Amino acid sequence: MENKKRIVMDADRIDRSISRIAYEMLEDNKGAEDMIVIAIRTGGILLARRIREKISHIEGVEVPLGILDITLYRDDVIMRGKKPKMGETDIPFSLDDKRVILVDDVIFTGRTIRAALDALMDFGRPRLIRLAVLVDRGHRELPIQPDYVGEKLPSAFWEEVSVNLSESGGSDEVLIL
Amino acid sequence: MTPASDNAITLTRKDLLGLKDLSRDEINLVLDTAESFKEISTRTIKKVPTLRGTTVINLFYEASTRTRTSFEIAAKRLSADTVNISASTSSVVKGETLVDTAKTLEAMNPDIIVIRHSCAGAPHILARLVSQSIINAGDGFHEHPTQALLDLLTIRQRKGGIEGLKVVIVGDIQHSRVARSNVYGMTTMGARVTLCGPAILIPRSVEQMGVTVETDMKKAVRGADVVMMLRMQFERQRSIVFPSIREYSQLFCLTGDTLELAKKDAIVMHPGPINRGTEIAPEVADGPRSVILDQVSNGVAVRMALLYLLAGGRQ
Repeated sequence: MENKKRIVMDADRIDRSISRIAYEMLEDNKGAEDMIVIAIRTGGILLARRIREKISHIEGVEVPLGILDITLYRDDVIMRGKKPKMGETDIPFSLDDKRVILVDDVIFTGRTIRAALDALMDFGRPRLIRLAVLVDRGHRELPIQPDYVGEKLPSAFWEEVSVNLSESGGSDEVLIL
Repeated sequence: MTPASDNAITLTRKDLLGLKDLSRDEINLVLDTAESFKEISTRTIKKVPTLRGTTVINLFYEASTRTRTSFEIAAKRLSADTVNISASTSSVVKGETLVDTAKTLEAMNPDIIVIRHSCAGAPHILARLVSQSIINAGDGFHEHPTQALLDLLTIRQRKGGIEGLKVVIVGDIQHSRVARSNVYGMTTMGARVTLCGPAILIPRSVEQMGVTVETDMKKAVRGADVVMMLRMQFERQRSIVFPSIREYSQLFCLTGDTLELAKKDAIVMHPGPINRGTEIAPEVADGPRSVILDQVSNGVAVRMALLYLLAGGRQ
């Protein structure tokens, strides 16, 4: 059976979404003060870097960027025979009293975000945590909603939503596979 | 959440009994995983919830401070529950056999049993007998796989790789499970291993393991990338195998002068506990090339990796 790929967001749309997310974040936060961006490995990393660039462009400040690997906080890690491959967490600063923006490319069941929230709490007591995603594809299994959304894309549960940013090769696009 | 089966990794074995039958890929998997775990020990809250509800029993029939503590810390940093049993305070003193102890523990349904025993092969008997994962924390003169894995991790961190390095292991090779596990692990990873010590403390036909033997320490150390000193195990020598400790030290103690013969960037390792002045001079043990304390912190990371990779692995 042939795999039907659909491009649902192109480069321009992605760029506008990221701009809007950055503006919304700065508006809510009244600037970039005390703001920290934390990317969820691996999908959130490139997106978080883009958001950080936008903020720097708009506001002229570099917000700190951390990377969070949530593997050890997953709710299915021991249930399965196979272990997911781990990456390193790199949060070389305190989160105490900071305004943390958690970034991931796609929100689906919400379980990754649940794991990420638990992980963040182990790094301190942020003043607040907000969630930014490029794509909300629905099908939540937990009561978790993003604060900043690039695009809401209704998808079937079995479909795969793939965000590609040019830094990893190819062009900026969001695909449904 | 992406299914865990994507990009999944696994040790396809129930137990870790030795490095003899561990492949290069498996060793790399453990070392890579340990590398990721190192960061947890640097956090303010040094704990992740991964092994919640997992029970680890540390069954130690031999004295141990660092290995048992290291396993216990590793398990606790992963949120596992740990139970420590040492032979001197258990029903072993009441005459219970290893097999009966194992069956009793199995009935309490732990997930992982870490065992140290003075008899070679004791972990293997346990592994065949019970359904739990068994980790060998040292069996007689046989193997001490987690020590060798933490040594490999330390070398890889300091040298960027293991393949092609000249590694010299000096001391009582005959009675050293650390040496045996390291020979298996290092040769699998492509290092060139030289064993050095008094001829009487080097097992016969050890060259069959793919190593070089050299009884002159100066010759052995020349050009080495890694010099690993072993502890003189006075408690294991029932008979006196060399005339005096002083004579041993004159021939086989790693001094600053001897270390000069190794490569300029050579590192010095020791599994601990060290006998200062017997096998290693204090200024070398505390010197800039010594990675002895790195070995200790890497021990926690390696054991966390193994507990993680073995837990829940049976399906």
